[in-house]
Amino acid sequence: MSSYRLTKGGLVDRNAPLSFTFDGRPLRGFAGDTLASALLANGRMLVGRSFKYHRPRGILTAGAAEPNALVTIGRGGRTEPNTRATMQELYEGLEAQSQNRWPSLEFDVGALNGLLSPFLGAGFYYKTFMWPAPLWEKFYEPVIRKAAGLGKASYESDPDAYEKSWAHCDLLVIGAGPTGLAAALTAGRAGARVILVDEGALPGGSLLFDTATIDGKAAADFARDASAELQSMPNVRLMMRTTAFGWYDGNVFGAVERVQKHVRDPARQLVVERLWRIVARHALLASGAEERPLVFGGNDRPGVMMASAMRTYLNRYGVAPGRATAIFTTDDSGYALARDLEAAHVDVVAIVDSRSSAGVDYRGKARLIREAVVCGTKGRKAISAIEVHRGGQTETIAVDALAMAGGFSPIIHLACHRGGKPAWSAEKAAFLAPDGLNGLDLAGAAAATTDLAACLAEGAARSQAIVTAFGLSCPPVVLPKVEGDEGTHDSKPLWSIPGVKGKAFVDFQNDVHLKDIGLAVSEGYSHVELAKRYTTNGMATDQGKLSNVNAIGLIAKARGVSPAEVGTTTFRPFYTPVSFGALTGAHTGHHFQPVRKSPLHDWAKKHGAVFVETGLWYRSSWFPRNGEQTWRESVDREVLNVRQNAGLCDVSMLGKIEISGSDAAEFLNRVYCNAFLKLPVGRARYGLMLREDGMIYDDGTTSRLEENRFFMTTTTAYAAGVMNHLEFCAQALWPELDVRLASITDQWAQMAIAGPKARTILQRIVDEDISDAAFPFLAAREVSLFGGALHGCLFQISFSGELAYELAVPAGYGESVADALMEAGRDHGIMPYGVETLSVLRIEKGHVTHNEINGTVVPADLGFGKMVSASKPDFIGKAMLQREGLAASDRPQLVGVVPLDPKQSFRSGSHVLAKGAAATLESDQGYVTSSAYSPHIGSTIALALVKNGSSRHGEEVVVWNGLHGESTPARLCNPVFFDPQNERLHV
Amino acid sequence: MASLVPCPHCGQRPKEEFTIKGAALARPAADADAVDWFDYVYLRDNPRGAYEEYWHHTSGCRRWIVVTRDTVTHEVAASRDAADRARSEART
Ligand SMILES: [Zn+2]
Repeated sequence: MSSYRLTKGGLVDRNAPLSFTFDGRPLRGFAGDTLASALLANGRMLVGRSFKYHRPRGILTAGAAEPNALVTIGRGGRTEPNTRATMQELYEGLEAQSQNRWPSLEFDVGALNGLLSPFLGAGFYYKTFMWPAPLWEKFYEPVIRKAAGLGKASYESDPDAYEKSWAHCDLLVIGAGPTGLAAALTAGRAGARVILVDEGALPGGSLLFDTATIDGKAAADFARDASAELQSMPNVRLMMRTTAFGWYDGNVFGAVERVQKHVRDPARQLVVERLWRIVARHALLASGAEERPLVFGGNDRPGVMMASAMRTYLNRYGVAPGRATAIFTTDDSGYALARDLEAAHVDVVAIVDSRSSAGVDYRGKARLIREAVVCGTKGRKAISAIEVHRGGQTETIAVDALAMAGGFSPIIHLACHRGGKPAWSAEKAAFLAPDGLNGLDLAGAAAATTDLAACLAEGAARSQAIVTAFGLSCPPVVLPKVEGDEGTHDSKPLWSIPGVKGKAFVDFQNDVHLKDIGLAVSEGYSHVELAKRYTTNGMATDQGKLSNVNAIGLIAKARGVSPAEVGTTTFRPFYTPVSFGALTGAHTGHHFQPVRKSPLHDWAKKHGAVFVETGLWYRSSWFPRNGEQTWRESVDREVLNVRQNAGLCDVSMLGKIEISGSDAAEFLNRVYCNAFLKLPVGRARYGLMLREDGMIYDDGTTSRLEENRFFMTTTTAYAAGVMNHLEFCAQALWPELDVRLASITDQWAQMAIAGPKARTILQRIVDEDISDAAFPFLAAREVSLFGGALHGCLFQISFSGELAYELAVPAGYGESVADALMEAGRDHGIMPYGVETLSVLRIEKGHVTHNEINGTVVPADLGFGKMVSASKPDFIGKAMLQREGLAASDRPQLVGVVPLDPKQSFRSGSHVLAKGAAATLESDQGYVTSSAYSPHIGSTIALALVKNGSSRHGEEVVVWNGLHGESTPARLCNPVFFDPQNERLHV
Repeated sequence: MASLVPCPHCGQRPKEEFTIKGAALARPAADADAVDWFDYVYLRDNPRGAYEEYWHHTSGCRRWIVVTRDTVTHEVAASRDAADRARSEART
């Protein structure tokens, strides 16, 4: 016997049939169904296998807390594992697969785990780790991994789009049940900006299955009319299929909107999910309450269901649970279910009430068994009978469905996300949110208010108080008249059931049963946080929505204390799982981060550049020519050509900062360790910027273009950091200085023209005389180009060691100026060169980059000791640079390294060992920071930071790379490999 | 996941727009004792409760601000421009 669809009743549209498949089998449902209700309508009681013991499992709930009915929806890149069938709306063509079974749901080999269950109890992770380790790796771990698990994610990329959005409101109402609707109506009518979110497809919450009438209307009709009124208000936004999953600082709420998770073919122009951050002046949590399971033997058998879920399937979806239903109740809600089942002509075999009397006068046909409990169930893949324990006697009653009504726990998760601890209320027999939350109130069942009229009144009253506090005038609230409500659910929790037979599950999703809790307590893990981790209770993806309070009750019972003394574990976001897609939003693929392209990018591209990503930038690496087989051939040619003729290199990605103001020179004097105050107008100077701890932060050239205007360049990598740092210095440290900073990196295209023919080429486009006399080394001036057609900034600075210039022109003219230079230099052999060549040229000259300025070096380590001003009263890093350790002779110092055999090579990052020393880290003397093949030297050359390196030129060492197992005899040397007298700067 | 930082110039803005530097300590004089410099560069209190921090409105107005934040609740009690604070401290 099994569940089936009734011929009438419910909110499904029987004129809109939908076909779908479950494990490939075609089934039919109706519009308005969830996958769960459609499966039940088709008599599918068995929908999954449990996590650990592979027990057959059915649909337990009708909502977000579902621990059993997890299925995989869709295929290919749209595969969505672990979807709760109770939350998934049915659509035409939906494809669902059951999980955690092999080879099939009906014949699951993993069910043998049930036989291993003595080894899989609480703490088994910890205990099995103590078994012989080789066995763990070879046998237990693979077996347990294969057998235990959830659905499998797809390896295909997700074809759908996601986005993130912000929203702002006066009042955020979470939950569109009776309380939430009443609250939103009240605030909306008062003119407040209201956002009402609900995880369901239809507004109404419990009204959608309630048989009460409100102002003479069916509850569901009241919900429909209320939401229609809300939707007509321009100041109210009703967001369905939207789960508020977290409460964060600043009264920001996280929510995920499932925009197109209920359609087969998502519209391309729309996202499938949207992540919201909702900034609320105030929020009202009207999230309702969760019904608790009862912990009796075989309480997980398919056919056993929460009473409120059974009522939802019956009244909202027109699905009967079976032909012979029993109800095990600890409160009056079981009787409402009995009445509704009987009204739908579904036989109720028995009502088993743990209490001696009920608050309702039951007049139906079911056998009423008071002061009794269900202690066990029978059946294989579905329930066939219950065992009722009363007064020491056990009776077996044949049933095909069983409802359990264990009382209600307010859903207070969000109220506790910011550190508030729930408090046990003995009166309400529930954990309640703490009092005095700032910016958040609770109302309705979330605040343990149970009857419908009271929920409507409380929602309206709380809302009225909130909007009145905003200064809005609230029209008088007229409370609707409620009739036919089954009333209060006052319940005395029944944590522990006498005479339990078989496994009684506490946490269905993680397969934690009664004995596991007992074991945790008896083994000393009775603290609620320890018990959670020892048993894994509440640690599944449902985060213990059904199990946590029962576990606390059972621990309390075992310890002989009140649940108040046990307390709860910590509630953390997210309330329900949020997809990575929603969290990622649009930031995928090439939208993951912005791409920065130099104004000379297209120029480089048309010259065949190979680009390399450095940070966000695409930099031209080298420019291969016909016939060149390897990158080294191209780089060698470019290197030689710069030193023989001339090269053009895009250096636009250097950070550029304009510094102006009457104190600009003083400001620079304080941020650089060397002097800048007296830098003449029209001159550039190399500057070293330290951190306060004395280590070098960044370097670059800064030019004085006017008395109070400077042009600073930074390294590419630290451009943003230096800008932030300078702003800090100007604003937080020395606000008295008149200085202004502007990032101008993107405004200028900058190119280096290097090589003995650089001046000749450049002079063809520069109007002013740039002879050595008129424009010497370190000259820096604004220049006129092309007969006055354009102005730019010209600097005679050199990173290559050759006669070299850097020319900055407005970004939009970059490409045409570069074209003009290539044309002007054609007869002189000019060639483009990339950052690889730039790197070889600078290593040949012993110039440092952030490979050497790695946060551990002070100026003296790199041979810049004399640059540090001794006379300036203050600069960043001055005080800490005085520390004696920073002047120690065995500090790592910059040195050159070459292999003894020019045919041998070594890599950056390799360690430097004294000749003959053991190849161990204890023998470490330093490390190679930069290396390259130098076509001028004819071998690999390198820079290294080596202990006392500057005094060890000529010493033979070993370059050792332990990772690659390489060992290369080498010699330390002067780090300037080429033109140590700098004669080429002045050709 | 989310939270807002009040900028004295831009109002409440998402924290992703900001860069946090840490404790808003006053920089010692250039000739201060080595101990004072050591404290300034390396030592930090880790108070439970009110804490003054430098935040930079990097993706906004690019001003450095001093935010008084409660380390327990994350409530922001005050925020003001770092230059204003530096000037007022210089006067005292
Ligand atoms: Zn700002």
